[in-house]
Amino acid sequence: MKNRLSLLAGPYVVWMALFVVAPIFLVVIYAFSSAGGGFTLDNFAKMSTYWVVFVRSFELALIATFICLLIGYPLAYIMAKEGPGFQRIAMVLIMLPMWMNFLLRTYAWMSILENTGLLNQFFQAVGIIDLGNLINGWLNNLCAGLNDLLGLSLNTARDTNMEYFKMINTSGAVVLGMVYNYLPFMVLPIYSVIMKLDHSLLEAARDLGASTGRVFRKVIFPLSLPGVLSGITMVFVPSVSTFAISRLLGGGNELLLGDLIERQFLGSAYNAQLGSAISLVMMLVVLICMYVMNRFGEGEEQAVML
Amino acid sequence: MKQRSSILDRLFMGLVFFFLYAPIFLLIIFSFNDSKSRTVWQGFTLDWYVELFQDSAIMSSIYTTLLVSVIATVVATVAGTFAAIGFYNMRRRWRNPLITINNIPMMSAEIVMGVSLCLFFVAAFGLFGTAAQWLNNTLGTNLPTRYYLGFPTLLIAHITFNTPYVVLAVMPKLQQMDKHLVEAAQDLGCTWRQAFWKVIIPEIKPGIVNGMLIAFTMSVDDFVISYFTAGSSTSTLAMTIYGMTKKRISPKINAVSTLLFVTVLILLVIVNVREAHQAKAKNAARS
Repeated sequence: MKNRLSLLAGPYVVWMALFVVAPIFLVVIYAFSSAGGGFTLDNFAKMSTYWVVFVRSFELALIATFICLLIGYPLAYIMAKEGPGFQRIAMVLIMLPMWMNFLLRTYAWMSILENTGLLNQFFQAVGIIDLGNLINGWLNNLCAGLNDLLGLSLNTARDTNMEYFKMINTSGAVVLGMVYNYLPFMVLPIYSVIMKLDHSLLEAARDLGASTGRVFRKVIFPLSLPGVLSGITMVFVPSVSTFAISRLLGGGNELLLGDLIERQFLGSAYNAQLGSAISLVMMLVVLICMYVMNRFGEGEEQAVML
Repeated sequence: MKQRSSILDRLFMGLVFFFLYAPIFLLIIFSFNDSKSRTVWQGFTLDWYVELFQDSAIMSSIYTTLLVSVIATVVATVAGTFAAIGFYNMRRRWRNPLITINNIPMMSAEIVMGVSLCLFFVAAFGLFGTAAQWLNNTLGTNLPTRYYLGFPTLLIAHITFNTPYVVLAVMPKLQQMDKHLVEAAQDLGCTWRQAFWKVIIPEIKPGIVNGMLIAFTMSVDDFVISYFTAGSSTSTLAMTIYGMTKKRISPKINAVSTLLFVTVLILLVIVNVREAHQAKAKNAARS
């Protein structure tokens, strides 16, 4: 009788074929076709002009993922040590920002990082900007002295009349936006893996004389790797393909892959073939990275996703 | 994890939470600011909330968001539950590839999903147009020959990315279910239909509810896929917000954020208090 119940999946299988598989095939076909419709590899050749964007996207996404891991792992570890009541509240606090749209969270940072924004107002009031001018002056003098003395050509033109620190529309702001938006995606999988660890293993390690640091290095960390891998995936993929964060915090100066793809489809430079080719290459690179990483970590990550 | 956390741990945690919440609180504070500025405080006002409710573009986009989310969630919950039961009863040879395809929308970058659906809809509309033209010419009908992205395509896209989450939430509940339950029910004279409604569905209900909630939040929260599939005439709340942040700054965005934050906060508190009560009641009943 098994077969009869399996028919229940029929409608959804048809739906997937139409709206998941067919569109992806279409992307592949578009990537290999010219505007007229014939087969061509031109789209991939054209992509070499955007090499900088590829490098920048992967670089910023990697930095953001690394920072998320650096903050997220200790946070998850500390949370797991707390009592159940505390943990419940901490979980709510981690998840609450995720339920606000990421555009609003990014917008919040715009008003903080602006040239006349809240952070610069604060720096002005506390005198950090004056301090910055002072330090720049010293550095200029120092470099000028070294240049005279040793015949170097160090920069002596640091701004000593700054009224604000330039924070918005820099790649740093884009990375900050990624970290802020996707940090919970790193914390949650790591936390759930650490919570599920078999406590008798930790006790056994301690009974056998391992120090706290050694228990962490030899038992807890290796066993939490699936969570780490799943966290890395969940932060890296949206970071590398974002276009709204770079638009809002990068101000259009820091073009990322997402922006590039968006422009080919909805922008003035309509070129669906090129856009498809870029999407295809981006996904392939991401997939290869994931594959290598899973090999490396003996991936059990899909089990952790839940 | 028996050791207690130190002051340093607590401090670190406090700093991270400060990092997470300071921007949100600043956003909320400036929604009451009596000035267009989002950085200089000029006094308290509720004007932005009044303006928000009078802004027809925002109000209609909220309506669109809720409508598409509710319909997509209902369809995705039903389709996903049936699909999960179907997958569970399949042979492994069929099940595994289908589940892999099911995971594609979740694993791939949102922008790729959006772009591929956009391409697909445009291509399909081209075909429809040609077919309509042919019908008009040969049969003398008067079908429209041009189609545009709009609410229907938005809805299809939402169903497409929602259903995998429902499948993923229901599957584990099916695997946890005692395999012999259905057989036992049938031995006791149950028909297939009764076994389905009275045995399987109640067993996997927590998974269905869970999947439904995830689907709804995903739908309300989505920006990227909607952006590529809604066309120019339809706009969800996230798309309207994106348009506003791009054009000019208005504290109305702050007001929207505050209302959303409060709504989510209240919902989360209710859910958690209820869970805590249930856990307590269970413990009390046991002792």
